[in-house]
Amino acid sequence: MHSANAVIIGTIYDFPVVKNKLNNTEFTKALNSTEEGTMNTKTKLIAAAVATFGVASAAQAETLKFAFQGTLNALDPYSLNETFTLSALGNTYEGLTRRGADLQIEPSLAERWEVVEPNRWRFYLRQGVKFHNGNDFTAEDVAFSVDRVRSEGSDLTTRVPGDAKVEIVDDYTVDFVLTGPNPILHYEWDTFYIMDKEWTEANDAVKVTSASDTTPNYAALNANGTGPFKLVSHEPGVKTVYEKNDGWWDTAAHNLTTVEFTPIGSDATRVAALLSGEMDMVYPIPIQDIKRINDNDGTVALTGPELRTIFLGMDQMRDELLYSDVKGKNPFKDAKVRKAFYQAINIEAIKQKVMRNLATPSAIMISPFLFSKSEEFERYPYDPQAAMDLLAEAGYPDGFSVGMDCPNDRYVNDEAICQAVAAMLARVGVKVDLNAQPKAKYFAKILASGGYDTSFYLLGWTPGSFDSFNVLSNLMNCRDEAGKGSPFNNGGWCDAKIDELTQQILVENDPAKRDDMIAEAYKISHDNAYYIPLHQQGLAWGVADDVELVQRADNQFHFRFVTKN
Amino acid sequence: MIGFATRRLLQAMIVMLVVALLAFTMFRFVGDPINQMVGIETSIEEREALRERLGLNDPIPVQFARFIGNAVQFDFGTSYQFKQPVSELFAKRIPATLELSFASFVFALIVGIPMGIYAGLNRESAISKLFLSVSLVGISLPTFFIGILLIFLFSVTLQWLPSFGRGDVVQVGSWWTTGFLTASGLKALILPAVTLGMYQMTLIMRLIRAEMLEVIRTDYIKFARARGLPDRLVHFRHALKNTMVPVITITGLQLGSIIAFATITETVFQWPGMGLMFLQAVQNVDIPIMSAYLLLTAFLFVAINFIVDILYFFIDPRLRVGRP
Repeated sequence: MHSANAVIIGTIYDFPVVKNKLNNTEFTKALNSTEEGTMNTKTKLIAAAVATFGVASAAQAETLKFAFQGTLNALDPYSLNETFTLSALGNTYEGLTRRGADLQIEPSLAERWEVVEPNRWRFYLRQGVKFHNGNDFTAEDVAFSVDRVRSEGSDLTTRVPGDAKVEIVDDYTVDFVLTGPNPILHYEWDTFYIMDKEWTEANDAVKVTSASDTTPNYAALNANGTGPFKLVSHEPGVKTVYEKNDGWWDTAAHNLTTVEFTPIGSDATRVAALLSGEMDMVYPIPIQDIKRINDNDGTVALTGPELRTIFLGMDQMRDELLYSDVKGKNPFKDAKVRKAFYQAINIEAIKQKVMRNLATPSAIMISPFLFSKSEEFERYPYDPQAAMDLLAEAGYPDGFSVGMDCPNDRYVNDEAICQAVAAMLARVGVKVDLNAQPKAKYFAKILASGGYDTSFYLLGWTPGSFDSFNVLSNLMNCRDEAGKGSPFNNGGWCDAKIDELTQQILVENDPAKRDDMIAEAYKISHDNAYYIPLHQQGLAWGVADDVELVQRADNQFHFRFVTKN
Repeated sequence: MIGFATRRLLQAMIVMLVVALLAFTMFRFVGDPINQMVGIETSIEEREALRERLGLNDPIPVQFARFIGNAVQFDFGTSYQFKQPVSELFAKRIPATLELSFASFVFALIVGIPMGIYAGLNRESAISKLFLSVSLVGISLPTFFIGILLIFLFSVTLQWLPSFGRGDVVQVGSWWTTGFLTASGLKALILPAVTLGMYQMTLIMRLIRAEMLEVIRTDYIKFARARGLPDRLVHFRHALKNTMVPVITITGLQLGSIIAFATITETVFQWPGMGLMFLQAVQNVDIPIMSAYLLLTAFLFVAINFIVDILYFFIDPRLRVGRP
């Protein structure tokens, strides 16, 4: 790499790896507060790739220009539960908690919290915090936001359990009363943004701008948070401008005064904009352009593992596959066939040839950063001969044919992965008819709305809560034909023991016991090869040399970590 | 005249209706808009409720009738992604597209016409042959490729011109924004205008060259020469004038296609016009925007053809004679 002082760190650390610009006391506070808080879960700290490029100069008027492939549409923080939208809004709005460079939960609008009774959580709010319009932040705003995020039209209703009650103790103390223990109550609160009650009511925006609304309300076009940046202008699909919030409660570690966001859909144009120096940062960048960006003077490609797990699923529900030449029975109901598929796939080849090493092969259905016992799992070895033997044992010595569904514009090199899998399966006698389509059509076919119309598919999953319960309840529980149960268990497999464990995991407050149960559930899935996990795909951002930033493994980009020289 | 116009108008309306039907049917197959509108973890019940509210569960003829009924009132519904009325969104994006189309049209004319004249008059010269080879490139290379080529040459390597966007714009009147009045706006215009106008330029050049070669051979040019008129007068007053009739017809029609097919160029240069919005809409299955765009494009072509037809009526006396 040409920039000599670029450091990219991508392993697991016990302490945040933040070189120079981040306030270390923040992290100490964060660690302390999690000790104070009831969550004793020693969440494994997540490695963040921290890039340091030279020494940052002090306060100067700096403008950061960045581009992303998609657009930022409605600004209502409860309209869309999607990474980029929440990430962009996270610069103007803040939650009671936030996540640091390493994804560790930190106090934000709540200074600390504790569980006073098993089902009663108490949050002590930060005093003296002001919204961008000058209003004070108080407990009223929290209660209001909780009601609003659970109201009809919100896409983030799951942020707060529907049956939880909010009690205002005083202006700066709020209690959450639950109906049962919930150790991960606040796990997703870094993206549950607190809105100003007075502002929202005065502008007639109490009703959430839902996906089907015909007119956007005031909150969908304006933003009034407490965060480090204020919104200056927003033209959906064209440009969004932010400016520094001088009244921010926290010490600014960044040195930006203005941030300009432009969506650039075309990959080539986005890369060109970075190479030509018009952009300070663009993401994502195609992995085939990484070398080019590194070779170019003044830019560097920042890569790291993402939390998303890419995996293969198989229809194990129907008695006969929709797309196969096997009639009268479903070969995927036989664990031997599933294991044969697993062992036929050369994951190293996919990693090297398809992903150009920007992928981490995976043995379980969650990122190893998010589960402490992930090292206990190991992939079944690649062994085509064993795969053929297993197929013969299962009664398919000559293999069979099966249709495979794959998106071609959703995940990194998704279609190429499917083609590689098809070629590998062909070697053990399984003929795969690949149907790769744009995500709009793909999801309409394979999800509940399309009647789970698939026999064999590729999907990616990131647990929004960074916790295994999300994976278990969405992907690994039983479901009925309409999708009740685990709606994204497209293959419809069902293991009563995993369902039972999931329910216990939901209410288990002891982290050690909880992790044991999660490991047990993953082990059952692994032993039966209910899914074939492939890899964690990689993140790739293009960054100018004079910009120093934090690449979080959840692919969120926060301006508060940025310094520009 | 009135009968002729009415007949043409009626035909135009039928064309529009057919386009509307095609557009509408096509969108049944582009995918499920709901998936693009909500996060992945949204429950099935909520998705169903949303589908119901959007009227996606109604019988297809009902949906089509509703679509046509609203469209004739210029109500194209609300964009699924932006939550704003489609007509407003188009109004905001139209200036960008029209300015780009205008600039590329002007580029095509002022570069294409002289090149065509030169190549027509000096058919054997090396420069003419060069023009012809260049024009082959212009016709055969796809637009996006030319765009990316220009970006890498002028933005990345030479760093003279911006690779994306419209630069700074100035608000003119209540809804028009223009990039013509700022230096950065003009600079940002060059690459996309050249990319978009390349095909038209080569077309005009080849057309004029062919017409020129044709006209030069005619008797009246020979007589003009025989009379001893200077070359300049013969070429530009007599010959060029007569080549212009077909050129004007073709280029007029081409203007429509420049506006309609700016889509690719706008995407490559992230030019915030209607075409870019259309492609974003396709990715996100934003049906209201897609259908409005197709109708608008069809309307543009139908309107231009209608005007050309009416013009022919005045130009060509044979059309004016009552038919048996």
